[in-house]
Amino acid sequence: MSLELSEPLQRVVDALSEKFSKEVIEVYQSTGITFIRVEADSIVEICYFMKDELEYIYLSDLFGIDRYTSEERFEVVYNMISFKEGSRVFLKVRCEEENPEVDSVYEVWPSASWNEREVYDMFGIHFRNHPDLRRIFMPEDFRYFPLRKEFPLLGIPGSIELPGTTPDTE
Amino acid sequence: MKLTDIQSRVKSTFFKEHQQKLYQSLEDKHTTIEEMDDGDPLTTKMVLNMGPQHPATHGVLRLVLQLNGESIEKTKVDIGYLHRGVEKIAENKTYQEFMPYTDRMDYLSPYSNNVALCIAVEKISGVEVPERAHYIRMIGCELARISSHLLWLGTMVMDAGAISFFIWTFKEREKVYDIMDRLAGHRFTVSHSRIGGVANDITDEAMGAIKEFIETFPNELKDYHKLLDRNRIFIDRNEAVGVLKTEDAIRFGATGPVLRATGFAMDTRRFNPYARYSEVEFEVPTRLEGDNLARYFVRMEEMSESIRIIRQCLDKLPKGPVRTDNAKQAYPSKDEVYYSMEGMIHDFMMTDTGICPPDGAETYSAVESPKGELGYYIQSDGTGHPWRLKINAPSFTNLQILENMLDGEMLADTVVIIGGMDPVLGEADK
Repeated sequence: MSLELSEPLQRVVDALSEKFSKEVIEVYQSTGITFIRVEADSIVEICYFMKDELEYIYLSDLFGIDRYTSEERFEVVYNMISFKEGSRVFLKVRCEEENPEVDSVYEVWPSASWNEREVYDMFGIHFRNHPDLRRIFMPEDFRYFPLRKEFPLLGIPGSIELPGTTPDTE
Repeated sequence: MKLTDIQSRVKSTFFKEHQQKLYQSLEDKHTTIEEMDDGDPLTTKMVLNMGPQHPATHGVLRLVLQLNGESIEKTKVDIGYLHRGVEKIAENKTYQEFMPYTDRMDYLSPYSNNVALCIAVEKISGVEVPERAHYIRMIGCELARISSHLLWLGTMVMDAGAISFFIWTFKEREKVYDIMDRLAGHRFTVSHSRIGGVANDITDEAMGAIKEFIETFPNELKDYHKLLDRNRIFIDRNEAVGVLKTEDAIRFGATGPVLRATGFAMDTRRFNPYARYSEVEFEVPTRLEGDNLARYFVRMEEMSESIRIIRQCLDKLPKGPVRTDNAKQAYPSKDEVYYSMEGMIHDFMMTDTGICPPDGAETYSAVESPKGELGYYIQSDGTGHPWRLKINAPSFTNLQILENMLDGEMLADTVVIIGGMDPVLGEADK
């Protein structure tokens, strides 16, 4: 598929494929949005490059995707903005189903902290070097990862301890 | 006071491991700060749990504050008390079925959420929206912004100590609710937007109410300014409180009025115009101070900009249909459903399967909700249900800053700072 990149995005793709020719796996577009998939091992390095050299100083969002039944099951997506260029780029990394682990980009953008906690909470992807990797929505005592496709919609009975229905009971 | 002390004293009965880890992470934060210890004979140091059931936390936000006397040494924020798993629910619903859930995300401005979802779905499945629907959506979004900012104003001023003001702003909010009632048929959770347009055209009644509102509201706004702008108490409570520097705002990912109050004119309506925002004139108000007072001024100016946008929308409002006339993409009109067989079949098909974007398509689209950038990422697998739907909630993004902003502030300012951030927990907790 041919790409229709705007000028700033073309610069990003050129710079990335020049500096990280081995690490950039694919560049593709869907509904006019550009996604760049890179090697998970060098994500921090690439993010530093994006931030320092290409002015993508603002991390708008970071989230996980479960590609259930596919190879390299989990995907983490980084949504970043360059105010200078007025453009938005999505980086993607993939990781294995067994012990999914990705390096944390907390040191690049501290705003990633809560988003990484959310991904950990929902998908069980572990972020290396995250300063405070706790669950964010579910209580710490919860043993499952709700946004994984195998987690049932109705939840798992008895997995969360709930208060008694009568107020007097201790 | 040692950590083990806190643990034994609070005797948590629920989610023991959760509480333990939360206190531990409070302890771990800034490891450079020396341990609270025996050199504190007056016990000025304590750990204070604020919320989740606290009226000033605007919902169910919980703060764990480590205090030294009256000043806050460090903070940890605990959210998730309102977690309903809407992203999981979305994966099991058709796109249209999911819309009422978005109403309940940011329940102070449901209209913006509906529009955000619709724009994302329209983008991924290539649906054309009629001109008139775009303008109706803009009017709805701006009314939602005014309504949301009015609630923020009322509660923030109440947090600062003035109770009666809350009633004033609620008087105006009531008018917005009445407009929504006439426009959408619901006062609160409107669900008025539809994929491919809006549910119904503006009725004459609604039009009259909107026109009256944009005439009278600027005067009310003037009164608010008169009361607060030079008010000694209000300024003392807000000036230089909760200061956020521009570089910190960008580092920690602030969005919406919080970012704009630090001097950065980032507004999705300008950055990446959706609907017809490229065709109306409006300013993006900014301030340089980054404190609570700056946020107040930014939001107040945004309200008058909203009025300006609504005026222009009413002038430009083109004639025509309000929903795309393609039975594969949008619900047919009720006339068709009631009086023709095809209409009924199409209506049934839309309800049963809904719109099916192409397999493997991905999209992200953001709107400027009252709280900031509200984005929807959708990945489709070719069926009527999204494979993955991620909501980039501005309240979630902004709440993260609270952990860093509260450190070093006074305890009494906590409620004002939370009020100034204007988080909605329904959205932050998803």
